[in-house]
This record gives sequence, C-alpha cells and structure tokens, in this order.
Amino acid sequence: MTETARLPEVEVSLTVNGERVTRRIEPRMTLVDFLRLELELTGSHVGCEHGVCGACTVRVDDEIVRGCLMFAVQADGTNVVTIEGLADGGSEDDLLEAFRERNAVQCGFCTPGMVMTASDLLARYPSASRDEIREFLSGNYCRCTGYQAIVDAIEKVSQSRAGGGR
Amino acid sequence: MASQFGIGQPVRRSEDKRFLTGRGTYVDDINLPRQTHAVVVYSPHAHADIKSIDTSAAKSAPGVLLVLTGEDAQADGLGGYGQALMPEDVGGPPGFRTTRPVLATGRVRHVGERVALVIAETEEQARDAAELIEIDYAPLPATVLAEDAVKDGAPLVWDGAENNLCFPLMMGDADATEKAIASAHYVAKVHIYNNRLTTNPMEMRGTIGDYNRAMDEYTLYTSTQNPHGVRAEVAGHILHMHETKLRVIARDVGGGFGLKGGVFPEDALVVWAAGKLERPVKWVPSRSEAMILDDDGRDQTLDAEMAVDKDGKILAMRWIALNNLGAYVVGPGAVVPMFALGMSQGVYKIPTMLVATKAVFTNTPPTTPYRGAGRPEATYTIERLMDAAARGIGMDPAEIRKRNFIQPSEFPFETHTHQIYDSGDYATALDKCLELSDYKNFAKRRAESEKAGKKRGLGLSYYIDNTGIFNDRMELRFDPSGSLTIVAGTFSHGQGHETTYKQIASDLLGVPFEDIKLVQGDTAAVSFGRGTYASRSAHVGGSALKAAAEAVIESGKKFAGMMLEAGESDLEFVDGLYKVTGTDKAIPMTEVAKFAYIPAGPPSELGTGLEGVGNFATTMSSFPNGAHVCEVEIDPDTGKVVIDRFFAVDDMGNIINPLLVAGQIHGGIVQGVGQALLEDMVYDRESGQLLSGSFLDYAMPRADDVPSFQIGMSEVPSPSNPLGVKGAGEGGTVGATPTVINAIVDALESAGVTNMELPATPERVWRALSKAA
Repeated sequence: MTETARLPEVEVSLTVNGERVTRRIEPRMTLVDFLRLELELTGSHVGCEHGVCGACTVRVDDEIVRGCLMFAVQADGTNVVTIEGLADGGSEDDLLEAFRERNAVQCGFCTPGMVMTASDLLARYPSASRDEIREFLSGNYCRCTGYQAIVDAIEKVSQSRAGGGR
Repeated sequence: MASQFGIGQPVRRSEDKRFLTGRGTYVDDINLPRQTHAVVVYSPHAHADIKSIDTSAAKSAPGVLLVLTGEDAQADGLGGYGQALMPEDVGGPPGFRTTRPVLATGRVRHVGERVALVIAETEEQARDAAELIEIDYAPLPATVLAEDAVKDGAPLVWDGAENNLCFPLMMGDADATEKAIASAHYVAKVHIYNNRLTTNPMEMRGTIGDYNRAMDEYTLYTSTQNPHGVRAEVAGHILHMHETKLRVIARDVGGGFGLKGGVFPEDALVVWAAGKLERPVKWVPSRSEAMILDDDGRDQTLDAEMAVDKDGKILAMRWIALNNLGAYVVGPGAVVPMFALGMSQGVYKIPTMLVATKAVFTNTPPTTPYRGAGRPEATYTIERLMDAAARGIGMDPAEIRKRNFIQPSEFPFETHTHQIYDSGDYATALDKCLELSDYKNFAKRRAESEKAGKKRGLGLSYYIDNTGIFNDRMELRFDPSGSLTIVAGTFSHGQGHETTYKQIASDLLGVPFEDIKLVQGDTAAVSFGRGTYASRSAHVGGSALKAAAEAVIESGKKFAGMMLEAGESDLEFVDGLYKVTGTDKAIPMTEVAKFAYIPAGPPSELGTGLEGVGNFATTMSSFPNGAHVCEVEIDPDTGKVVIDRFFAVDDMGNIINPLLVAGQIHGGIVQGVGQALLEDMVYDRESGQLLSGSFLDYAMPRADDVPSFQIGMSEVPSPSNPLGVKGAGEGGTVGATPTVINAIVDALESAGVTNMELPATPERVWRALSKAA
C-alpha cells in the first residue's frame, strides 16, 4: 500500500502583526493555512486556493500577496501583516470607517482581502482615480456589493487624506 | 418614532466591525477539540453503474478513521433529500419525484454525485486516502443538454421517467394565442438559452458535525440560509431522528444567493459520521470541489414569440421552454420553472398568452434557485421580446413599453398565470430612469462612439420580481436591564438584518438602537424560523417583527398601568412612551420592561418579564419592479463589450434603510451583468464533464468589469404587508441581464446582428459580427 506519512517538518520564524513567531510545520503548508491554523488568525480567508479571488490577501514586507500561493516557509524571516494586525494597528482607522460609512461590506468574506488591497492602493497611489481604483481592486472578487460602495469608500479616504484630514 | 436610527434612515451596519477587523466567524474558522476531517469522493462519470468499491487501502492509510459508502448509508437506513415543493402540491400536474441519496449506490447520475466519505485526523491524510479508494465504474451514455434529453432514444436518467420528463407545466390559452399570432401585424421571435450558472458565494459551503454522547445530541455548524430547514431535512428526513436531537448553528455566512437555502449531502454526512466516531467531523471543500458539488442555477431553453399590432399594442405572447433540472429534482428545484411561468407576463397587459415548459432530467448536477429563481428567466424573455417587437415595427423601446404597461389604477392585477400583482407605477419609474439616463441625448453619444470606431447601443428593460413567501415568526424579549433581544426566524447572510431589524424595533418601541441585539441562526436559541431566501425577510420577517412589537406593547400595558396608576384602557403608546390619555403622565418602554422583572410584590403577580411573539403569513406577494437603462460600447475588432453607463430606478415599496437597499441593487445588477457578459457553467455535451470548474474557467465580474451605477427610487408602498415594503434582494439581477443584452443587440443591429446568446463574450460578439458581415 502507499505510505503517505507526514513530510519532515521544518522550522519557520517570522514576524506576524508585530510579534515574533516560530513554528515547526510541514513544508507544504501555505502561508494562509499557517496564519489560520497555527496562529488562529482566521481573518484571512481561503476563497479559491488558486490565487484568483484575493480573499487571502496579506502583506509580506512591502508587498501584498496571496496567502494561498505562498508557502509559509517562503515567509521565513519576513514581516507579515494580516487584517487583524492592520485593523488593530490604528493607522488605517479612516479606511475601516469609510468602508462602514459607504456600506462597502455585505457578507464580509471578501472584506479582509479588500481592506488589505485598499490599504496598499492608498499607500502606492494616494490620488488614484475611480477607474484606477477599480483596476487595482480587480484582483479581489466580491460577490455581494457590486464593488461600487468599495470604490466609494476608497475614493473618500483618498480625498480626505489628500485634504489633510484623517 | 422618527430618529436617526428609525425606519427609513441610512443607518450604518452594526455587523461591519467584526468583518472589517477579521473577526467574522465562518464555518472554516471554527475548529473543535478532537476534530477530524472529511473528504468526499465523487463520481467522475456523468452516468455509470458502480460495479464495486474497494476501500481497504484507504481504510488502512495513515490517519484514516472511517470510510463510508452508500452501502453503509443503506445499512443504517439513511434517507435522502426530496422536494420542498412540486407543481402537484399546488394543483399542477403530477411529476416524477426523485430522492437524492447522501452517498450513491448502484448508479451515479452526474459528475459530482457523492460516492464515499473518507475521514482522517488531518485533511491531507483524508485527501491522500481518498485517492486510494478503487471504484469500478461501468460508464453509461449520458444526456447533458435539455434539448438532447427530450429526443427519442436519449439515454434515460431515471427508469420510469419517459423522455426524461419530470413534469410539464402550461398556463394560458393555446387556441386563442395561436389565433392572435396567426393574424397579427407583426410577430417578434427570439430563441433563448438562459444559460447555466453557478453561485460561487465567496464562502464555500462548509459543514461540521459534532456528537455529544453524554447528552446523545448532535450539533451541526453549517453555512446555510435556513438553519431550521437544514435541521428538518438532516434530522427528520435523512437520519430519522427527532429534530430536538440536532442543533443547527449558522454563524456568519459568506453569501448564499439561494444556493445555501437548500440542504446538501455533506450536511447529513458529517452528522452521521460524527455519531459513529464520537468526534467532530469537518468538511470544507476546495473551490473546484465546491463548483462540482454545488447545485447550479438557471438553464432554460426557449422559443418565444410576441404578436403586436401596428401601434405597438401587444396582442399575444407565447413561449415553449425546456428547463434542465439536472439528475435530481431537489428541495426548491421545481420552484424555478414554476416562477418562470408565473412571472412570464411581466408588467404588461397581454390579451392572450400561452407559456409552457417541460422540466427534464439530465446527467448534470441539480439546478436549484439562484438569485431570482425563475424571475430572471421570465423578465429576460419578455424584455427581449419587447425590444424585438419595437425594432420590428420601428417604435421607440420606451414607447412600446409605455403603451402596454399595467396602469396604477388596475391593481390588484391578476395575470394569465394567476399572479396577483399588488401595486406599482411603471410609467413613472420608467420616466424617471429615462430622465436620469439622459435618454434623449443617446444619439449624440452614439455619434461620438462611432467617431472612435466603436459601436454604442442602448438597452432598456422593465423588470418585475415576486418577493415574500410563507409565514414566519419573530420574538422580542426584554431583559431585566431593559435591553432588548430580537430573536429572528429569518437568517441574514450579508443582507444586514442586524441593522434593519434593530431599526424597526427601535422605531416601534422607542428602545435605543444600541440597546438592541439580534439573535439568529441557532436552532437552540430560535424556536422556529424559515430562513432567508426569495427576498422574504423585510416583507415577512419585518412584518412579523412589527406584530411582535405590537404584542410587547399590549402585554406591557398591565405593568405600565400599575406604574402610572391608570387603567389599561386609559393608556396609549406613542413615541416609545406609555401615556395616560389626556394627561402628561408617561413612562418609557424600557422602564416598564425593568418593572416587569421585579421578583416580588404586586408587579410580580402580573407576569415574569416582558416579551412578545409576532407572526406574519404571506397571503399576497409583493412585486418589486423597476426600469434599467444601460449603454454599451463595443469594439468591433475584438468583440469586447464595455458597459459605459448604467441606471436603475426601482420601486421597492417603503424603504427601511436606503443605504442597504442600494447595496442590494448594486450587487444584484453586477450578478445580472455576470450572466450577460461572463458567467457560463459548461458541461461537455457528450461526457457531462464540467469544463468551467475553477475561477480560471468560470469568469465573474471584477471591479473593472462594471461601471458605477446611478440609481433612483420610485416607491409605491405595498399593500401586501403592514410595513409597505417589497423585497430588495433580487430585482437588480432580474433586470440587469436583459438590459445589457438589449444594449448589445441595439449596438450591433446596424451591422446586421439580430440576436445575442448568453453570455456575450468577446468571442461570441466578434463571431456574430463576422457572420453578419
């Protein structure tokens, strides 16, 4: 019979939401599974497992990535921020409030990935037009909102940050 | 009471904070102690006999705890999943009933039919072991398309269902319709394949069964729109136990759109297996598994005709259809063709008509309600016909609609299909939408597009939906501190009931919005409920909530009377206060609630606490309706369709929360656009293999595929319920698909294209242009 024993575990050590964590894991474990199963950070959602839907978006160092397309071992030594860390950090409170203010949340499943992406967009392109916002968001599926309220929320933050208001 | 949190206010959602901070709780976020993991082994064949199943290697694989097959289910006497409703239950013709087993025995009838369940310590071990199950199949010829299924000699999905017929449906007058069509000035004709879709809620269905041996009780955590419905099916019909032995819990559910209104084999499998193992059993599919194992939506083929006179007056309509039910008619599956016929008359006066369908079996997964459930098919058909008729006689598409609208004075209006429309003012909504969309200047915009080498088209449609179904109950319970709990029989899975129901309760009882809590989704906490589907919650749940508030007010009177030293008949309840009529003596509801919990003395003899139960039964549906206008721009070199502008003016009756209604309309429109331009669930015509089984193959609208919409309201309060509301969840989807396709046909008409199939992919548009040229 075929033997399917667990693969030898390897050690990974990284910073997640400001805390240093070290775990021994199977090398085939994805980053999103690592966050969800090892660290119980379940805000990063698994929506497709093939990098299309964006629900698992997290920040690794200075880039947002698909947590389902990256192995946890590849994040060894990096600085990872998830929705929990971003939301608790306080620096994006205006973005979270704008999502609520503009009704950009319905079922909530895509929301963490949307917020992570929106945060990255606002940092990179602080004065993005609505079309540019739509293009940047096009890697994140939302099945509920029709995207309009999400675009509204991001545009609102972009304008208020440009105006000096936070 | 008018307040910033009352009915009609754009109150921001109470539920958003947990979602925005990553603290929602979806099924896959729940992990129980000693949890095991299940993987479903499903048929790779559309039609085959199972000759043998060898599970021995899988059973001895590392970590494997249990392997179950259909024979085990039979040995344990498990039942299956039947129908929630068949036409014959409401006086229609008899149909061929099927029972969907939790695991197949003997024969499989579609790719994805469940054959075995493997449970192991980890998901990886279960997946590895599932590969070791050896199943010897003898493949049989399959029938995939409905049009093939009804041909003589087609492979039969069910012995005994001749020509693969499940049931026929017919409404109207065949002879009168034939006569009217035969002598008409002009007859518009359209052939339509209302294509098959899959729901793809962002949260896939997932489910966890647990068993408590000490109490001999089961718990099921599942991603459903209807917890009590799941309990009734899993406990009552499949596992044959008292419903009290099974507790169903749904926490946050990541979208449903009808899919999760049903029950799936996995819900019963994990409960059954948990009982055997006395450990929790978790099943969460991969996306591609979900796409194979979920039910699908739509899939109706039809030929439709509309006869008009030279003034654009409709003389008759006729359509003959086939509805593809898949291999099983399950749950509310039969409702889809019933709604399609029922709503076929649209918003028009039609002297005579005939609509008919055959609902047929094929070797494909079952089709069940998907956002709109038959209403999109009905509106799509008649709105395509209206445009074709307008083109045929050279009339403006808005004008031909106006000439045939049912008038506001004609409500309640009974259609030829026995629907009784409650209310509406279609011409007003259409005029508002034409104004909003600057309809009159379309020609200028078209000329601009032409200059840039693009073809611009304008699409118009007027949709009608049918919302509110069955009865339901709501409870309102104060606690001794004076805060209020709403216990809902409906189930919010993205709609925002945590906000809208609190608005209603706050408005009616004068309790501060922030002092109100919603409880839903737990059969141990909610005594009964029917869940959320068919846009029923505002109409049915909201009305039941109003009844519950009235019951609270009534039962609080005895306490208030004691506090105010007045007789009950001297009390009135206004703006959250009990008042002694004609005096300035008054006391707020929350104080009365606290008084009702005093444990001894005179108030204690009047009752323990303050609560109320409300019921509402739908005796008349509400019929949301509205006008959509969109403009597309098409690049003739690539066939790419860009939606440039989109407008909607809706009559959704009284509005509880305009912000949330707008969100429903936006999201609904985008799902309708998805069907029009992108989404297509395709099974190979011969083999029945799914060809669009991943997010790389099944395209859904992304943020840059759609424009920003401008929407407006044209409310006509519904007389069907005490809140005057109409359901807001599906209208956007119902209206958007024909609007987009009408715009594409309009854009391509000058190039000789007269019809466009769904979805209008660039390739399809380009081919249509090339063929016409």
